Amino acid sequence: MAVIPVERKPLSLAERTYLPQIVSGLKTTFSYMFRPKVTMEYPEQRPELPSNYRGVPTLVKDPNGREKCVSCQLCEFVCPPKAIRITPGEVPAGSGREHVEKAPQAFDIDMLRCIYCGLCQEVCPEEAIFLQNQYSMTGYTRAEMVNDKAKLYELGGTLPDQHFKWDRKKEAEEHGNTH
Amino acid sequence: MIATPKPDLVTVNIDGKEIAVPKGTNVIEAARLVNVDVPHYCYHPKLSVVGNCRMCLIEMGMPAVDPATKAPIIDPATGKQKINWIPRPQIGCGTNVSPGLHVKTTSPMVKDAREGVMEFLLINHPLDCPICDQAGECKLQEQSTGYGRGYSRFIEQKNVKPKRTQLGPRVVLDDERCILCSRCIRFSKEVAKDDVLGFIDRGSYSTLTCYPGKELKNNYSLNTVDICPVGALTSTDFRFKMRVWFLKQTNSIDTETSVGANTVVWSREGVIYRITPRRNDAVNDTWMADSGRVLYKQVQAADRLTAVQINGNDSALDIAVNTAAELFKAAPGAVAVVGSGRSSVEEQFLTKQLAAALKAPVALVSRVGEGDGLLVSADRNPNVRGALVTGLIAALPSSQLTGLAADIDAGKVRVVVAVNEDLSAAGLTAAQLAKVSVIYLGTHRHATSDAAKVVIPTLTVFEKSGTFVNQQFRLQKFLKAIPGPVGATDDLTALARLVAAAGGSTVAGDLTGVWKALAAAVPALGAVTFANLPETGLLLDAAPFAALPFAEGETLHYRPAAATT
Repeated sequence: MAVIPVERKPLSLAERTYLPQIVSGLKTTFSYMFRPKVTMEYPEQRPELPSNYRGVPTLVKDPNGREKCVSCQLCEFVCPPKAIRITPGEVPAGSGREHVEKAPQAFDIDMLRCIYCGLCQEVCPEEAIFLQNQYSMTGYTRAEMVNDKAKLYELGGTLPDQHFKWDRKKEAEEHGNTH
Repeated sequence: MIATPKPDLVTVNIDGKEIAVPKGTNVIEAARLVNVDVPHYCYHPKLSVVGNCRMCLIEMGMPAVDPATKAPIIDPATGKQKINWIPRPQIGCGTNVSPGLHVKTTSPMVKDAREGVMEFLLINHPLDCPICDQAGECKLQEQSTGYGRGYSRFIEQKNVKPKRTQLGPRVVLDDERCILCSRCIRFSKEVAKDDVLGFIDRGSYSTLTCYPGKELKNNYSLNTVDICPVGALTSTDFRFKMRVWFLKQTNSIDTETSVGANTVVWSREGVIYRITPRRNDAVNDTWMADSGRVLYKQVQAADRLTAVQINGNDSALDIAVNTAAELFKAAPGAVAVVGSGRSSVEEQFLTKQLAAALKAPVALVSRVGEGDGLLVSADRNPNVRGALVTGLIAALPSSQLTGLAADIDAGKVRVVVAVNEDLSAAGLTAAQLAKVSVIYLGTHRHATSDAAKVVIPTLTVFEKSGTFVNQQFRLQKFLKAIPGPVGATDDLTALARLVAAAGGSTVAGDLTGVWKALAAAVPALGAVTFANLPETGLLLDAAPFAALPFAEGETLHYRPAAATT
C-alpha cells in the first residue's frame, strides 16, 4: 500500500486561543436555558400518558362490583410469551352470580414474561382485561413479579361498562320466553 | 349387529368426482370418501338416521331417461346424459346412494339452505362460548364460521330454558344450548339400552329431559357428552376444568377390561384432564364406559409409590437392584415370579426372561367380574392374552395364588418377585408374606408393597408406551401421554436390570430393543415392530389358544369361541 501524506493546515491565532469555540458553545448552552423544558423530575413528576397507553395488564370489575373475567382462557391462549396462567373454576350456587357459571380460581400474570403487547385486551370477549396506565413494576424476587388475582383486581379497579351482558342475561332468564 | 353388506358397489358422482361406494352407504359417508365434508349435527355413523337437524342438505339428481323407451336422454350442449336435478334440496344423511346418483354439495342452493338452517339454529342459541366447555370442539361454532351470518337478525327475546340440570351423577344439561339433534336420546335407546332421555313440549319450546323419577346414570352416560355436537351435555368431571385447545391428545387403550377400548388421553403439561373414546369399528365403535374415563385419577393418587425403598427406607435403584441380586443368589431355585395381566406385552416378555434366568415358576392373578355385554367384559385384566402370546403362562390364571401359598408354607419359595400385583389381595396371608422376601415392582401402595423388602416404583399406563392384546387377540398399542413422577422407573428398565441381577443374558430395557427380541422369540409377532403396528390394532392368530376356557361373555364386536361353534 502506498503511503499518502496529508498536509495539515497550521492553526490560526484565533483558533489557538480557543475563545471563539468556547463562546459558540456557551451560546448553545444559554439558548437552551430560555427554551421550554423537555425533561421532568421523575419520580416526583410523572408523564401524562396517552389514553391508549399499554401499561401493566390488569383485571377490572364492572360498576356493580362484579368480576368480569369468566376464565375463558383466550388471553392465556393468545399470550405470545405465555405470561398468563389461569385456573378456571365454577361460580358456586347461591352467590347471586351463578348464572355466569364460570370465574377464575386463580389468575397469574408473570410480569417478567409480559411484553405489554396488548393482545390479551384485544382478545377478551368479556372486556375484563385492560392494559392501563400503570407502567412501573419493580420487585426484589421473581415471585413478587407475578401478579395474582387479588393484585390484578387491585391494579385494575372498576371501568365503565356499556353492555352489562350478564345482568341483561339474568333479566332475560327471569322475564324471558318461558312457558 | 347388522351384517356387513356384500361389496355391491354403486357408482355415484359427488361434485363431479366419480366414486364407487358400497350399496346402502348414505351421501354423507360417500362424500367423506372423496374428502367432501357435508356438515351435519344429528347424523352419527353409529346411530340410526333421523334427519331432524336439516344441516346436511344437498342437491341431487339422477341421469335422465326417456319415460317411454328408457333410453338415456343426451344433453346436446355437453354430449353427455342429461341429469334431472331435484328442484328442492335433500338431506344427505337419509339419502342412500343409488346407481348414477349425482350430488352437488357446493351449489348456491345448498349454500343458501345451510345458511338458512344455521340462522334458525342460532336464533335461540345463547352466546355462551366464553364459558362453554364445548368451545373449540363445537360443531355449531365450526359451521357458523362457514355458514353463519356473523350477526343476528333476531331482535326478539330468546327462549329461556333450564340452564343447569343435573341429568345424572356424571352429566349436566344446559337446555338453552341444545339444538335438538336427539343423538343422546338415540344413543341411550339404541346403544346403552337405557331409554331415559326424551323431548317434551313442541316447536321452539322443545326441551330435552330425563324421564321423571329416573336419571341418566348408566355406565355409558358420558358417551352422550362426547356425541353432543354442542355444549348442551357436559361432563361433571371435566366441567370448567380446562379449555380443549390447550390439551394434547395421545392415543391410548382402556385398561379397565380385556375389551381394550381405544381411547384418547387429553393432557396439558403433564396433567391428564380427561379420557375420551377413539373410533375403532372393530373394537369399541366410538364408545367407551364411564368407569374407564376416571382411570387417570390413579396417576396423582395419594397412595402412589414415588421412591425406591429397601425395608421401608428410601433408597436408590442401583442399591435396590444389588439387594435383589443378593436375594436371588441367597435363594437359588427358591424364587417365584408373580406376573400381571395388567402389564404390557413387552413387560410380560421381560418377566418371562426374568423367570427363565431364575428358573422360577410364574403365576398370574385373574380378576373376573361381571360383563355388561357391551364394553365391559368379564375379564378385568387388559392383557391376559398377551401373557399367553409371549409364553409367560400356558394356562389361564386363577384369582388366588394357592400354589404359591403352599410353596411358601413348605419353605420351597423364599423370594417372590411381584410385578404390579397385590399378593395379599390374591390370597397370601400376612404371615406368608412375612416368611418370604418380596421384591415388588408397582405403581401404588398396598399391603404387599408395605411388606416388601425391595420396592421399585414403576409407571402407570399413561406414562409409558407399550402394547396390550385384547379379548379378540388384537394387538393394540398405547402411547406415553405424560412423564412419570420423579422416583418412578420405567417398567422395562427395572425388569431388564432385574434380569441382569438374576444372572440372565443382557436384555434391552427399551421399547425398540424389546420388540427386536420379541420378534425373534415369538413367531406370531415376527413381522411386527412397535412403529409399524397400525392404530386400529393387529389381529393375531387365536387358534393356538382356542381350547382355553376364557372368562368373557359376548360383548360389542366379540363373541366367545364357545358361542360361535
